[in-house]
Amino acid sequence: MYRFVLRRLFSGVLLLFVITTVAYLLLYAGGGDIARRIVGPTASDAQVALKASQLGLDRPLVVQYWDWLTNALTGDLGRSWFNGQLVSAGVSSRLSVTISLVLGAVLIAAVISVVIGVWAAVRRGWVDRVVQFVGVLGFAIPGFLIALGLVSLFALNLKWFKATGYVPMTTSFGGWAATVTLPIIALSIGCIAAVVQQVRGSLIDALRQDYVRTLRARGLSFNRVVYKHVLRNAGGPALAVLAVQFIGLLGGAVIVEQIFALPGLGQITVAATGQGDIPVVMGVVVATAAIVVAVNLIIDLAQGWLNPKVRLS
Amino acid sequence: MIETPLALPVTAAKVSLFRRLLTHPTGAASLLVLFLVALASALAPILATHDPNTANLQDVLAKAGSEHVLGADSAGRDVFSRLLFAGQFSLAGALVALAVALVLGVTAGLIAGYYGGWFDAVSSWLTGLMMALPGMVVLLAARAVVGPSMWLSMMIFGVMLSPAFFRLVYASVTAVRNELYVDAARVSGLSDFRIIGRHILTVVRAPVIIQSAMVLGIAIAIQAGLEFLGLGDLNIPTWGSMLNDGFINIFKSPTLVLWPALIIGLVCIALTLLANAMRDELERSRGPVKKSRKAAATAAIADAAGAAEKRGAAAVVHPDEPGADKSELLLEVTDLGVGYDQPDGSTTHVVNHVNLTVRRGEVHGLVGESGSGKTQTAFSILRLLPQGGRITGGSIFFEGKDLAHLSEKDMTKVRGKRIAYIPQEPMSNLDGAFTIGSQLMEPMRVCLGISKTEARKRALALLAKVGIPNPERTFNAYPHQISGGMAQRVLIAGAVSCEPDLLIADEPTTALDVTVQAEVLNLLRELQDELNMGVILVTHNFGVVADLCDRVSVMQSGRVVETGPVRAIFNGARHPYTRQLLDAILEDTAPRGQYNPAGTTAEPQELKGVAS
Repeated sequence: MYRFVLRRLFSGVLLLFVITTVAYLLLYAGGGDIARRIVGPTASDAQVALKASQLGLDRPLVVQYWDWLTNALTGDLGRSWFNGQLVSAGVSSRLSVTISLVLGAVLIAAVISVVIGVWAAVRRGWVDRVVQFVGVLGFAIPGFLIALGLVSLFALNLKWFKATGYVPMTTSFGGWAATVTLPIIALSIGCIAAVVQQVRGSLIDALRQDYVRTLRARGLSFNRVVYKHVLRNAGGPALAVLAVQFIGLLGGAVIVEQIFALPGLGQITVAATGQGDIPVVMGVVVATAAIVVAVNLIIDLAQGWLNPKVRLS
Repeated sequence: MIETPLALPVTAAKVSLFRRLLTHPTGAASLLVLFLVALASALAPILATHDPNTANLQDVLAKAGSEHVLGADSAGRDVFSRLLFAGQFSLAGALVALAVALVLGVTAGLIAGYYGGWFDAVSSWLTGLMMALPGMVVLLAARAVVGPSMWLSMMIFGVMLSPAFFRLVYASVTAVRNELYVDAARVSGLSDFRIIGRHILTVVRAPVIIQSAMVLGIAIAIQAGLEFLGLGDLNIPTWGSMLNDGFINIFKSPTLVLWPALIIGLVCIALTLLANAMRDELERSRGPVKKSRKAAATAAIADAAGAAEKRGAAAVVHPDEPGADKSELLLEVTDLGVGYDQPDGSTTHVVNHVNLTVRRGEVHGLVGESGSGKTQTAFSILRLLPQGGRITGGSIFFEGKDLAHLSEKDMTKVRGKRIAYIPQEPMSNLDGAFTIGSQLMEPMRVCLGISKTEARKRALALLAKVGIPNPERTFNAYPHQISGGMAQRVLIAGAVSCEPDLLIADEPTTALDVTVQAEVLNLLRELQDELNMGVILVTHNFGVVADLCDRVSVMQSGRVVETGPVRAIFNGARHPYTRQLLDAILEDTAPRGQYNPAGTTAEPQELKGVAS
């Protein structure tokens, strides 16, 4: 078991390293062009060169990268080129908003998907057909359109929720819940649609297994067998889909945060992208990659818990 | 980022897919929507009433009316005309992404799948890397470097989407690479290029078309998202930038956001439904769906049962021997019928008018060929028929209660504690996710309401009792860590763990090695003696019947054709089918005289091999 965890941990760190290296080289390869864009098209070549040397862009790319990497390992991701703020501070202060949104959406999606998936797989018939059709629609409609629909219906017309703004969880849990409810619903619908399909499919397969009958013949109730045994066996593929969805939601959160004006990672990403603030963009890439690696690790461990064969291989 | 449908049908479209889609309700509707949107976009220069980019300060946020059919946006531009022209750019952008993804993904998938080697390793690794980050974040990062060009963004997104095709093509190619017809083509001297073109592309074509529809939808959505964030090219109209303008002005002109949202949603839904419709059509074209063994067997019984019904032959009943054991009647099955509901509303009968009795301490053998209804009879006593199956008539009296009409809740109390079950195939009947120990303890704790320590103690004792050499180790093992014979002992231990009155054993030795079979049968006999259980033993094997049973019923086509004490059946079988079965036992019978390879090499086990 320890070897299993260590191996996954190692491959996660390796992935993080590779992603950030590739991202750094691609983002900073522009060298002189970057300085030109910052000082503006009317600036003289001397001004451009000055800016480039100020930002250290005139050094060889490998040297810049080494510098960045050694600093990054100590937690220093540099400063924004435009407002001089520490990238690590800017990113980490917004990380919690995005993570609370995505995590909330994924957890809600997981619970709802299991309930609906079990329902469709056990009942079949028209219930199953309706679930499948609604699932296709939920999967097809882009999340930000759902977010727009929710804003105009519940916030602007019915005025049940505030359309914009954010209250930190530490300030007031109720306030936080009120500000993140609509964004989380918007994010989770597509996720639910995808996971329900998987839960339903693998559950139908698992229900056909012989051990289901044997366990019931031993006096266990149908629900107990389904929720304890069948679901655990069907859980592996569903978890894999959930992991893919989690990664997708990190992207979806960028737009949803914009719609609800939430101060998350998406906000600084969009601002930094518009300005060409490369250190901040790089910081966002590092943060996102770290989340992805962590999520994959957690999912791998969960898979190992679900399926003893994974653990031992 | 995007899911790869790995379970796509690997068949080439034989009849024109397009023509078949026209008869598919959602497929035809989706095609129509997409066709109209594409047509309207293509004809934008003719249909548009205004120039899409001409701002007009007097018309800022104008209401819909005669001048502007759908109103005007925050710069006074005509919404209807912008929608049409935006269609050109949005669709073209999505097509660029699709084209890049197709070229990269399909080519790399073909090469990696067909040749393997280092290219395979590198491209698989790259795909994993590309799918690790959310596409939106990569696009935003790229946008910071390359600027606001929609075309460049879409090309980059195309690269990000290429794994969707790579994985699909790779999986299909590795599946067919070693097929015989590909080998034959190679041997007959065809170049790799021709083989890929002729044999492999035809296999991946259909799934790639389906995936294309999905990818196109995703590209349209992500492009709209990017433009919605205000990071797009301001000089070209797109649905996403219109959405952005509409959202900014949602208080002043609420309908502005509606039109682009509607069209983006419509196109995305149409593309997804189209992909689903194509999948439906391709799956249907795979010819007659191969029936599962069980279903095929059930159907065969149904046909035979229909014939038997007409014959209406009564079962041959041998009287009890004088002085036979007259202990308490445990189970009395009368006139039992089992049927399966068919999709067309009819019911296929697989068990008809079956009568069966089991006394306490008696072993009743249920013999017959595959699909004769023995297992169905056994499952109906447990009320655990497969999905779609139900008891259509008769009664199953067990200790004064009719199990056929007991509620599910009461039935749960009977199972395990009063009536237990030993399955045929040991490995598939243990849950691979739990240890042997926990699977033994759980039912005991539920049925007997005992504590965990008590259950553990009993489970270990049971494992020792069924002859497992190291109970502690097996207790902590997972099912895949033990042998088939061990697993069957574990299942027997589980069946008797709550000391049932009636045990239903469904061919408990069929899946085991011959040497293990004898041991398991001995174990069953010992346990039956000790617990004084009634047993229904489903089997193919008359040897087992002679060995263990007191009484035997022979089943054919869902009916009992002959029943009686074992000795009476062996000595004086009257039904021709019973005689046939008895003749199939080669032990102790005279050689057949003439050399007959099929006959002389047949062993009794061969009959057992055709398990139901």
